[in-house]
Amino acid sequence: MVRFTLNGSPVTIDELDPHTTLLAWLRSRGLTGTKEGCAEGECGACAVAVLRADAHGVARYEALNSCLLPVASASGRRIVTVEGVAAPDGSLHPVQQAMVERGGSQCGYCTPGFVMSLFCEYYRPGRDGYDPESISGNLCRCTGYRPIADVARELQRPAPSDPRLPLLQESVPAVGSVSCKGSAGAFLRPSSLPALFDAWEANPDAMLIAGGTDLMVYANQRNQRWPALLSLEALPELRTFALTERELIVGAGFELAALEERMSHEHAGVLPLLEQLLPLFSSRLIRNRATLGGSLGTASPIGDSAPVLLALDAELTLTSRAGQRRIPLSEFFTGYRQTQLAPRELIESVHIPLPAAPRQRFYKVSKRVLDDISTVAAAFALSLDGEGRVVTLRAAYGGVAATPLRALALEEAARGLPWNAETLDALLPTLHDFGTPQSDHRGGADYRRAMIGKLLAKFHADTAGQP
Amino acid sequence: MKQVGRAVSHESAVGHVTGGAKYVDDLAQTERTAHAWPVCAPYAHARVVAIDSAKAVGMPGVLAVLSAADVPGENDTGPVRHDEPLFPSEVCFHNQPVLWVIAETEEQARLACAKVDVSYEPLPSVLTIEEAIAQESWLSDVELMQRGDASSALGKATHRLSGELFVQGQEHFYLETQAALAWIDEADSVYVQSSTQHPAETQEVVARVLGLLKNQVVVQCLRMGGGFGGKETQANVWASVAALGASKLKRPVAVRLTRFQDMTMTGKRHPSLARFEVGFADDGKLEALRLQLYVDGGYSLDLSLPILTRAMFHADNCYLLPNVYIEGRACRTHHVSHTAFRGFGGPQGMIAIEEIMDRIARTLGLPPHVVRARNFYVPGDTTHYGQELRDAERITRIWGELSESSEFASRWHEVERFNATSRHVKRGLAITPVKFGISFTTAFFNQAGALVLIYKDGSIQLNHGGTEMGQGLHTKILQIAAQVLGQDLRTMRVMPTRTDKIPNTSATAASSGTDLNGAAVRDACEQLRARLEDVARRMFTADAVEFDDGVVFPAGKREAARPFADIVGQAYLERVPLFASGYYRTPNIHFDRASGKGKPFHYYAFGAAVAEVEVDGFTGQYRLLRADILHDVGESISPLIDRGQVEGGFLQGVGWLTSEQLVWSERGALQSSGASTYKLPTLGDCPPVFRVELLSRAQEPGVVFGSKAVGEPPFMLAFCVREALRAAAAAFGGGAGIVELPSPTTPEALFWAIERARSSSLAQKPDTRRVAE
Repeated sequence: MVRFTLNGSPVTIDELDPHTTLLAWLRSRGLTGTKEGCAEGECGACAVAVLRADAHGVARYEALNSCLLPVASASGRRIVTVEGVAAPDGSLHPVQQAMVERGGSQCGYCTPGFVMSLFCEYYRPGRDGYDPESISGNLCRCTGYRPIADVARELQRPAPSDPRLPLLQESVPAVGSVSCKGSAGAFLRPSSLPALFDAWEANPDAMLIAGGTDLMVYANQRNQRWPALLSLEALPELRTFALTERELIVGAGFELAALEERMSHEHAGVLPLLEQLLPLFSSRLIRNRATLGGSLGTASPIGDSAPVLLALDAELTLTSRAGQRRIPLSEFFTGYRQTQLAPRELIESVHIPLPAAPRQRFYKVSKRVLDDISTVAAAFALSLDGEGRVVTLRAAYGGVAATPLRALALEEAARGLPWNAETLDALLPTLHDFGTPQSDHRGGADYRRAMIGKLLAKFHADTAGQP
Repeated sequence: MKQVGRAVSHESAVGHVTGGAKYVDDLAQTERTAHAWPVCAPYAHARVVAIDSAKAVGMPGVLAVLSAADVPGENDTGPVRHDEPLFPSEVCFHNQPVLWVIAETEEQARLACAKVDVSYEPLPSVLTIEEAIAQESWLSDVELMQRGDASSALGKATHRLSGELFVQGQEHFYLETQAALAWIDEADSVYVQSSTQHPAETQEVVARVLGLLKNQVVVQCLRMGGGFGGKETQANVWASVAALGASKLKRPVAVRLTRFQDMTMTGKRHPSLARFEVGFADDGKLEALRLQLYVDGGYSLDLSLPILTRAMFHADNCYLLPNVYIEGRACRTHHVSHTAFRGFGGPQGMIAIEEIMDRIARTLGLPPHVVRARNFYVPGDTTHYGQELRDAERITRIWGELSESSEFASRWHEVERFNATSRHVKRGLAITPVKFGISFTTAFFNQAGALVLIYKDGSIQLNHGGTEMGQGLHTKILQIAAQVLGQDLRTMRVMPTRTDKIPNTSATAASSGTDLNGAAVRDACEQLRARLEDVARRMFTADAVEFDDGVVFPAGKREAARPFADIVGQAYLERVPLFASGYYRTPNIHFDRASGKGKPFHYYAFGAAVAEVEVDGFTGQYRLLRADILHDVGESISPLIDRGQVEGGFLQGVGWLTSEQLVWSERGALQSSGASTYKLPTLGDCPPVFRVELLSRAQEPGVVFGSKAVGEPPFMLAFCVREALRAAAAAFGGGAGIVELPSPTTPEALFWAIERARSSSLAQKPDTRRVAE
């Protein structure tokens, strides 16, 4: 059974197929304001707001793509759709009013999604000025964005009498276990690791789902179906976050948006690579759902987190019924979308050794600036000795081979050399046979090949002059 | 209160922001509605050998498998030529629907489709313009436009250069995919809710397929979630499937394409190939042009012919072509049938001449903006198709005002200084002009009708033939009617566009929606106003009366005002008709295809734009730093709406020229078939400094309230971004010589252009000067 609160009213669903998305369910119930524009989490027309506890337990609205959210995932949560934004008497919410007055809608089809993203931004705790990221996951084909950006730029503070403020003061209960069945299969959300392993043994063909931002694309676009979806969302073991002098430990189930907030604000400067990576990782609508473990577990050769974590020399804790084991990330990927994970084993946490090399850069080569998938991604971490010689250089690339790849020959050759133009010239040949770039719709093999060396050169240009 | 010229919000804005505004698929969410799903061919070209749908018929929820045998009328949906079988025996593009399964749910229909066995005999395919030229695969005859003697002028020109430019197409990516919902209504009519820019044609095609008279089919378009030309002719197929299903099953049937289906089954902006030879003087003035323009029309004719001719009409943009020979031809390939898209061929013609202007400038080592300005039309000039260029001085006026307001000259030097000291990052600055001809070039489409109804309580319904796709047509219609009838906007409604209100309407296209329908609505409202004035004069025993803001009063005596409803009530008692039809046709337009001469356009819209970009020399990635636009919308009826059209058109043009890359496989399958692989501009592509002004003192006589059409022209303002990218690429090579730039200029394409510029700066500059004979 699935229970959640929708626009303030309780909802109970007894029977449900695991892959049924919140978007499809809302529309079939006549809540047609939420739109489907792409069904792959790219356009944001389906955005809804979910009330969640942030890292400090403070309640906040977060915008999600409902096309990638199994309805059962909503269990235990409060959901607001565009129909629930205006006051019961029909008077418009300030973000709606601003969109109307500014000319923020033309055809109107993307508008509900923008309204939901703006709605969440309006109430975001700690909001400090205009944040373009707040609407970076919403596509508009009509306006050219200028009027919508103006709305985001001019958001006011909620009035003291705002009826939503009391709810935002309350604590948000952690989501608990769910078990729901439909004719096509089951959705199970255990609330502890032992319970997960029990459920997994009982459903050996089950597919794990964390944020679902990749998996649900397969459900929507390739019509993949699974006898059971096993959600990791309610596992406290996967939600750790610990920063010590020697390492950063991030639970595999930690959402990227939450990690972004921690690393860019509370722990700014500790890991510049993460600070550079996270704003470029898809869009906030996705990052509010996507997890670090999920992005590594899919083993996508074009995922952006793997190169960064490889350059940071990260390790993984893998967990199964038999216990834990810890392996270097560089040994995790074994082939195209293949990993070291044994049957019924999962990623529990990611460990990043500290202190990290001081010179860090993440580069993402893609067709557009925001909300894109990499053609090539590269991450570099460099430390120099007092004389400007390389102590360690770590370099990792995505999009140039069947797996994310460390440039070990380059790293080896760099050791001990002064970080100057001659060294760059000497190092570039070590990349000649690196990777096996292919041509696809994102880019040609020759371009990818060229980027391998050019990004090293860019890293050099960006860091060589630095103290 | 003045209603026309006031900045008002979109008439559906409240519906948009609350989710209350309904679109076709929103209406289909009922249990009674059955859903259709297509069986698609995995070949670009193949013969359908056999179909076995026996297994599908037995699947849960399946209601029907529609095939050619079910068609009571004609098995064809072609809008112009009847060359688009609804159920084809020969597949002509990859993923073409061959059959449709109807089931209780979309999922059941989809699952059943997987059980239909179709066997095909693959046939050789033509997939590129070059292949079509080589194999003489054409959709049309050669079209010609010429003036003077291009050949001999080319022979005499001081400089000569030749080249070619291939320009990719563009996916419309309206946020609402194609959709239709049909049922048999209580009067036994076929009733279709369609996301269509052309309800009358959708009606015509549905009637054709069902073998009905048009008066047995009603098509309604509530609104569209974007159209951009993509729903001008290409909404008809889905409406026909839904109507055929509804007519067979006697229950509502919905068709809603997924994004993948929409992208792989519907036409796009025509890819084009321009081959040119141009002669010019030392000062950069163009003396002769020989231009061959090919467009890839895809598998069927659709609108390729008027798109091709509009490309040829616009091969001059703002420049005088003294001796010119333009030859155009539409190629037939095994792709989706490419179709209307904002600009309708205009962009393909204009990008060719902009390419030529830049190549002339770089050949001579002159700044491109100087060469452009030297070639501008001046008052008294005529175009290559013989139309006098009225208001030619607006080109130089806009150019001058924009150069000034954007501080072009000082920024030009700043960019030069920046580039001289920055090794890995270069900037580019460019200004380009736009002239766009307004009118359907098929003269008879330039007509429109309206039907205005006033009820006894004074409330008003406006009906007209135009459709709302976000462009704000209905908002402008409300403002026009409110102005004429002295109303505020709240007492009036624009009704959904329906074929049983106004018959035989033209598509809402060619930017003409307000020009045509606005004038027709004004005509109807003026008739009603005259009748009501007559009544009011008697009521007030006044010689003259005024209508304003919902009240009526003797001229100058507002204190005596009575509500509009009182006048209407009196008119009713006096048996004065409270409804009127309005009509408009554009005067004095004509074009003779045989001679290539005439006056195809009622007038021109003008504009210009400046872009500044910054380019990373390592990767070819770039950012648009600033854009300045000055655009001519005549006397704006609705400034908020018009500004939205200008900004939105510009950024859509930027997408076409930069990130929106259509990638087709060698087998003709579209690989960039979703939002994750086909990249529309996002917020990050909107320039952080974006200054848009509408040209002042720009009243256009002979158009409704002195306004000008605005839908398409701003799209082509985006050329400045392409030229700015080229300027930046050139700067990496030292700035001299031609820089060839593919379109779209993705970071990858720009990276290779930079690499070429770097290596050619080491080589000798080619000499274009003719050897003295």
